[in-house]
This record gives sequence, structure tokens and C-alpha cells, in this order.
Amino acid sequence: MESESDVLAGEHFLSGNEACAEGAIAAGCRFFAGYPITPSTEVAEHLAERLPEVGGIFVQMEDEIASMNAILGAAWGGKKTMTATSGPGFSLMMENLGLGVMTETPCVLVNVQRGGPSTGLPTLVGQGDMMQARWGSHGPYEIIALSPSSPQEFFDFTIKAFNLSEQWRVPVLVMADEVVGHMTEKVTIPEQDSINLVARRTPRVSPEKYRPYEPDEDLVPQMAIAGTGYRMHITGLTHDRKGYPVINEEAQGELVQRLVDKIRRNRNKIIEYQEDMCDGADVIVCSYGISARTSLLPIEKARDEGIKVGLLKLVVVWPFPEERIDRLAGNCKGFVVPEINFGQISLEVERCAHGKAKVIQVPHAGGGIHDPEKVLEAIRRAAA
Amino acid sequence: MNERHPKDEMLREDRIPHIWCSGCGLGTCLAAFISAVQDSGIPREKMCVVSGIGCTGRVAGYLNVDSFHTTHGRAIPFAAGLHLANPSLKIVVFSGDGDLIAIGGNHFIHSARRNLDMTVICVNNFNYGMTGGQGGPTTPLGSRTTTTPYGNFEFPFSIPYLAAASGASYVARWTALDTRRLIKSMGEALHKRGFSVVEIISPCPTLYNRLNKQGSGLDVLKRYQRDTVIQHGADPSKVAIEKEGKIIVGKFVDIERPTFLDLVKERLGDKFKGPWEKLEPPEVPLEVTIPSADE
Repeated sequence: MESESDVLAGEHFLSGNEACAEGAIAAGCRFFAGYPITPSTEVAEHLAERLPEVGGIFVQMEDEIASMNAILGAAWGGKKTMTATSGPGFSLMMENLGLGVMTETPCVLVNVQRGGPSTGLPTLVGQGDMMQARWGSHGPYEIIALSPSSPQEFFDFTIKAFNLSEQWRVPVLVMADEVVGHMTEKVTIPEQDSINLVARRTPRVSPEKYRPYEPDEDLVPQMAIAGTGYRMHITGLTHDRKGYPVINEEAQGELVQRLVDKIRRNRNKIIEYQEDMCDGADVIVCSYGISARTSLLPIEKARDEGIKVGLLKLVVVWPFPEERIDRLAGNCKGFVVPEINFGQISLEVERCAHGKAKVIQVPHAGGGIHDPEKVLEAIRRAAA
Repeated sequence: MNERHPKDEMLREDRIPHIWCSGCGLGTCLAAFISAVQDSGIPREKMCVVSGIGCTGRVAGYLNVDSFHTTHGRAIPFAAGLHLANPSLKIVVFSGDGDLIAIGGNHFIHSARRNLDMTVICVNNFNYGMTGGQGGPTTPLGSRTTTTPYGNFEFPFSIPYLAAASGASYVARWTALDTRRLIKSMGEALHKRGFSVVEIISPCPTLYNRLNKQGSGLDVLKRYQRDTVIQHGADPSKVAIEKEGKIIVGKFVDIERPTFLDLVKERLGDKFKGPWEKLEPPEVPLEVTIPSADE
């Protein structure tokens, strides 16, 4: 079905949102369900045009609740699936993000963050949903989230999100922001052959022997596709390895422990970050998304002033690189965490630094990016 | 000789006994559905049943097909994804009135509007059974429930009217007593291209019927026998159900209307590369006539 022309290999001038859509196509996404919302709408618009060309389905649902459910259903129907939203839509998706976690359904949820709370600033940037990404659905669970800082990364990380989602059978969040979504830059799309894709882990046993939640060694079970004769039962209730509901403490303990462990124990295969001159640095700027990029200027200025500054840019935000922060904290004076909220990832850095280094957050209410002077000032304070 | 019940092949026997109360209509609804599927000739491997949450929502867990027990109200959009991902699947949503018409009401009307090719079976017992008998979107005016202790003062939805107005291709209503017609109607719905809805009026003797002093499950079935009026082709705007009085049942809507995927295919023309060969209409077109009341 897929031809080489499905991936538009070459150099393009694309917005982040368009790059995300092309990343999805390059990753093999063939089903998108969404609901219009600024500033993510261009992802849907681009896929409405592109998906039919590659044998995929685009459907605009009645709301974000339906969109999230439709991508779960389509995933069980055998497709790689995605939705994209922002602010209020992200809140509406939380209910069934949990269903995706509980039923271990691979899919990708893109959040182009805007200013909040509530309707907030539909057209302007925010990064206030980072903790919602971590904890937004009810109940204890672990999740994977990435954060791109450029259109190129939005393309690359969307592919990465699909791969992580298939590998660990968990919905993966791409936590972009309005600036990255609307920024237009050169995006290099590689040849299809050079893009590594993770295929779905379909059953290696016959239907008679298949148990939908019997985990492999890495704690991830094999996923049957509807209509292939496996006659599975899938439920959002706490379930046993057969997939049948079991309402007691033991079943909850086994299932939820595994859902958490499959991410925690495999975290070193999932966590990814980029470091620039962190070894030997007195100050480490830890950031993500557009804020990591706007930190480059103040970092350069601080280095000009003779301050030894490193950048720790989070590629995968959740699970959080706890061990790395802990090690760095032992060797630096302080962390500076610029983010467009009033302290979310900075709290994580503080937790993982274990008091060994000070953590200075550089907050921003949203609607714009950081003033480089404020980040520079924080770097100076951290170095003092 | 170890004889098996002919319906056992459709049940997850290791999940039986079910959770439903004595006198509840759900067992009858499930048995009728199994008969309809067995009569339909639809390959079991291609059937997916999707439920939401509630007493009826447990149906998916008892059926030995690919079955999905989703979140409250969300069976239809989940089913929409399954259907659009693989149009060769036969998609059935089996859930209750609160699940499909209150919390899931928006999904219900929009999927009917799109004429997505799926069958929705809605068991209507006029209250939320699983949570203990609260009033819902179909609770008749004046009825007692645990959240309408002074009698319900909200106008209810009439499911056939809502379905028809929203664009469903097939709309029928039966009671859990009239299994012969119910099975036939379910079969028609399963073979109907487009959004088909079968509402089943069903007893809830533990809650709704007890709270309204309507007697046992058997008493409720006797009421159905007494009060049911078959009116095929009845105007869906005139089939509302009240606390007492007649219950109009029958096939109200059976029309031909392009499905969502028919229109996608039409709009995209040659551009489309999807699995459309599986979407052609069945070789033997189904009857679109309105049967007489005594059929």
C-alpha cells in the first residue's frame, strides 16, 4: 500500500505543525482524528489533505473526547494513529488518555501548548501543560512525553513518538508549543528507507494460546488486531492477563505495577536529552521546547562573561532524567530552569537535585517567550 | 454426551455467570443478539462489539468476539475509529440509555449525522442501573428514581426521534418481551449499510420498576404485553414513552443514504487509495419495505 512517494524526502520550508503532520506520515500514521483548535489546527488541516494521498483516513470528530477515543479504536483496528490539540482540548483528552494507558494502546497525542488556564491565549505560547502531561488522567500511571524546539525536531520527534508508542504500548505525548508549531523553517525529510520504524508487536502465538495482557520479558504484552481471529476482550477496568475484569486489590497490584514498571524499568531505553558543555559547568540551564531554544542567547552571553554554563535540553521530558540531574547536581553550583509557566519542570529538577545544587526557576505567564536578560540574570545568580 | 448450548460458541463461558439481576431484561437482549448474529451469516472473526459503562456496558465482556469495554459514553467514537481503520469489520455498539444518550449523546447524534456504518443497540431501562437507580435522559416525566425523589421534572429524550432526526438509516424499537421481532430487527440492522439503531425497552426490577411500584420483572413484561402497540413506519416524533400507557414499537426508519465512507470515496475519486473494495453494497439488496403490523 505504501509507496516511496508517501514520504516527501527532501528539503522543505515548513511550519512546525506541518512538519509534525509530515512526521506522522513518515512514521506510518494512517489515521488521524481531531477537532479544530488554535494553535494546533494546521496539523489537522495538513493531514486532511495528505492522509488520503497515502491511503489513510482523516476524520474530524465532534470534540476532543471523541477524537481521543477514535484514535484508540483505530489503533485496535490496526492503524498507527494520532490526534493533535491544544489547551482545552488537551484537558478533554485526559479521560481517554487513561483508557489508552490502561488498555496499552499505542497512539500519539500532540499538544501545541498555548497560554492558559481556560481559554487563555489561544494564539499565543504557553508551556503550562507539562505536569498535566505527566498526571492529567486519573489514577497512578507512567507516560512518555517529548518536547520539540524547532520544526525539524517536531518532524523528528513525531516519528520518535510513534516508535516509542509502539515499542512500549503506551500513548506518547508530543508537547510542542505555539511558537514551535507556527515557526517556519527548513525541514529536512529523509528518504523513507533511512527512517527507522518500530512495527507493532503483534501476537507470536495462536489465538488459542493468546492472552492479551501476558507480558513479554520487557513487561510489554503482544497486541492482537481486531478482525484477525484472536477474539480478545479489552477493558478499561482493572483486568487480568486474559483481559478479563477483576475487581480486587491483587489484580490492581499486578496490573498497575506492571504498567508503571514497564516505563520505569525501561527508562534508560526511553530517556533522551541533549547536553552542551554540561561537564565541568558551574551552571546548567535545563529546559525544553521553545524555552530551550531561547536560552541559547543568554547562555552565549553568560559564557562571554566567563561563566561556565551548560545546556541540558530535554528531548524526552517524561520519564524524567532523574539520575542525570542528580549526577550533574553534585558537580555544579546551580540549575536555571526557564519555562513558560510558574514552575513545573523546575520542581522536578529541584526534586532530583536532592539539595546538592540550587535551582532557580525563570517563570513566565505565557503569551511570549523569555526575555534573554531574565535568563542571563538567573544564570549569574546561579553562578554566584 | 456433553451437550453444548447452541449459543455457547458466542459466549465467553469462563465469564458466566453474568452480573445482571434476576428479572433484568439484559440476558434476553444478549440472547436475542446472539441469535441475530448466528442467523446473519456474518463471520464471527469480523465482528467487533464495543460497549461503554453500565449494566448494558457489560455485554461486550460476555461475547466471544473481539470486544471492547471502553469508558462511559465513549463506545461510539471508539467504534468509529475501529470502523474507519478497517471497514471490513462489522461494528456493533451495545450499551445503555444513560451511556449512549446522556454522556455519549453528542457522539450518538454526530455519528448518526455522518451515517457511519455501524449498528447501535441501546437497551433503555429508563435509569442508571449500575450506580443504583438514578434518573437519566430517558426517564419519563414524573418517574421516581434515586435522584428524582419528587418525581422526574425533566423532559426525556425519545431515542427513535433523536436517532431519526440526526440522520440514522435504520431505527427500530422493541421490548425485551418480543424477542422474535427483536431478533429479526437486529438482523436487519446488522445488514443495514449506515447507522442503524435498535432501542430495546427493558425491565429494571431492582431499581426503576421497584422505585415506581411497577412490580417484578415478570409484571413489567406483562405490562409490555398489554401496552405494546406495533406501528411500523410510525412518525418517530410521535413515539415518546410515558410512565404509564402504550409503548409504540416497530421499525420506524429504514432508508438508503450514503454512508460516511461512500461520500469519502465519492469526493476523493481516483485520489483515494483506501481499502474500498470491501465497501461495495451487499450482493442481495435488503428489503426496504415497511412490514405490516402482524408480521
